[in-house]
Amino acid sequence: MSENGLLSQLMGGILGGGIQVVDLTMTLQPDLPTIVMPPEFGQSWPFRMEEISRYDHRGPFCYWNNLSCGEHTGTHFDAPIHWVSGKDLPENATDTIPVEKFLAHACVVDCSAGADADPDFLLTQDMIEDWEETHGKIPPRSWLLMRTDWSLKRDAAAYMNMDAEGAHTPGPHEDLLPWLIEERDVIGFGCEAVGTDAGQAGHFNVPYPCHYHMHGNNRFGLPALTNLDALPPQGAVLITPPLKIRQGSGSPARILALVEA
Amino acid sequence: MTTRLPPPGKKDPVARTRAPTQPPGNRSREAQGLTAMAAVGRFALQVCADCGQVQYPPRQVCGRCLGDDLPWRDVDAMGTLLAETKLHHANDLFFRDRVPWRLGVVGMDAGPSVVAHLAEDCRQGARVKLSLNLDRGGHAVMNARPENPGPNQEDDMQLRELSMDPKDRRVLIVNGKTELGLALTNAFLTAGAREVYVGHGEPWKASPSLEAIKSLDHVTLFPLDVTDTDSVEELAAVLGGKVEIMVNNSYHLRPGGAVDRMDMNITREEIDIHYFGLLRLAGTFGPPMRARGADGEHGACAWVNVLSAYAQINNPAFGTYSASQAAARSLAQCLRAEMSSGGVRVVNAYIGPLDDEWHQMVPPPKLAPDMVAGRIIDALQKGREDLAVGAVAEEIAERLAENPKEIEREIKL
Repeated sequence: MSENGLLSQLMGGILGGGIQVVDLTMTLQPDLPTIVMPPEFGQSWPFRMEEISRYDHRGPFCYWNNLSCGEHTGTHFDAPIHWVSGKDLPENATDTIPVEKFLAHACVVDCSAGADADPDFLLTQDMIEDWEETHGKIPPRSWLLMRTDWSLKRDAAAYMNMDAEGAHTPGPHEDLLPWLIEERDVIGFGCEAVGTDAGQAGHFNVPYPCHYHMHGNNRFGLPALTNLDALPPQGAVLITPPLKIRQGSGSPARILALVEA
Repeated sequence: MTTRLPPPGKKDPVARTRAPTQPPGNRSREAQGLTAMAAVGRFALQVCADCGQVQYPPRQVCGRCLGDDLPWRDVDAMGTLLAETKLHHANDLFFRDRVPWRLGVVGMDAGPSVVAHLAEDCRQGARVKLSLNLDRGGHAVMNARPENPGPNQEDDMQLRELSMDPKDRRVLIVNGKTELGLALTNAFLTAGAREVYVGHGEPWKASPSLEAIKSLDHVTLFPLDVTDTDSVEELAAVLGGKVEIMVNNSYHLRPGGAVDRMDMNITREEIDIHYFGLLRLAGTFGPPMRARGADGEHGACAWVNVLSAYAQINNPAFGTYSASQAAARSLAQCLRAEMSSGGVRVVNAYIGPLDDEWHQMVPPPKLAPDMVAGRIIDALQKGREDLAVGAVAEEIAERLAENPKEIEREIKL
């Protein structure tokens, strides 16, 4: 590695403080809510941990746990194979996605005021175009991240915000998604709620359009992000590798952002 | 008239908690027949099939004709108190902690004379009604009450040693998000429980029952998810030293069997909630409850498991559910043995189908939650250990006793 090589510059930035590393990940813990399916179906396992030993009679030298959870638990990566629209695409699972796709720029659209006023807030193409006038066009192969400050809701019931009509959480408008893919070529969509689609998206014309369009075009999802308020509108780099699960439809992931200070 | 039991005060934090002791526990194999009757609240003795002589104590051959066919039959429980005495001294550690203790000899209308524990207001020469009750060690003892009990009879200290009366006790109901959870909360409050603690998991899912519970007095809600070891441990750290009656009403029924609906996720949820859930509760609440089994008049006394009648015989329409209930039942037997050294009774209530959304496709009879709750309170007050609730559960118990193969073949998909 040469002294002035690209990686040296990168590490120089990280170690020297010129590049800040931001954790966009929620802590995996048992009281994290998981996405809710109708009760007659099997449910995604919540995050659970059982202690194997803790420097005790079960193992005097070590502390360690057995874990269980669904692939789509906490802050996680959605692979295209997760949705029926992406089931036959090449390189569509956690073990086959080319690894360079786990590094990408991020554009962050601040919808926190709108989401605060209306939990069913939907992000539209008009809003993105307004945002681009200020912050510049979304570069190809970038993440579009919808900041809502929803992840600041620490109370699980408020975070899920469910009633008899389903969840009420913000997400993308269904008309926005084909445009993001065809006109802006995003690599995926990320947000702070429990899934990438709006809480009411099951009632949309195309149910769960973010999943349907993104995964149907081999794009990804990053739900349940946090700390999006620490990212600039443009310029952050996301590191998003999921676990290499055979034919995995997703996995909990430690999502990091590199931000120029 | 029975002396009114004073309501519980605050526990003295520097006084040593009385350690649980066991009443004398040696019984012959025949005498365990009495335990079987006491467990389900029957008053039955051996009756000679040849000469009709009612036997007591239980034996291998008839005391009159030496016949060896001595089936257990329900017999007349009435009698006359012939003699009474009050024990002021005992070498046995259990009774030493509890003297004075009243005993008497009852001449039964059915024939035998029996030594029985006496309620406070039984008088020599008076008519009394006998019952078979389980003592703190889980063995059957004879117990006499007046024919017409007076007020406060549930406060009788000797009876309270044999029952698990909710009056003035603190109760944990594991799941407040079902109709049965609401019914149990109401029933325990009506029965005089001092406090009812109600668990609830998955706070993002609304529950009308929990909303109704929130408005009740003497009720406190606590987050509790029996599938989450941390959650159970955290609650035991808060409530372990307070709970005197545990009611595990965890419930997760999904129709389907092994061949017609093979689904590992649903099956795992059933096992996780019914079997591992009970295990987590047992491992965390068991030790502190057992340690408080003799903690005065209001010590820990009962652990109630609401189980399906299909724990005893698999109903293939609810095949994996039945299997998870059978696992829970087996674990409850383990729990019963382990808790008995603390004098804490494990009560298994086997219930028939509830009238809820998961039994939509099941024809009646189906059980109203209030009825189930009422039967559980009754069992605690009367000191029973196993109860079949509702016509379906009662029929299953009868047919299992008669011919297990018959019901195995006939139980309907």
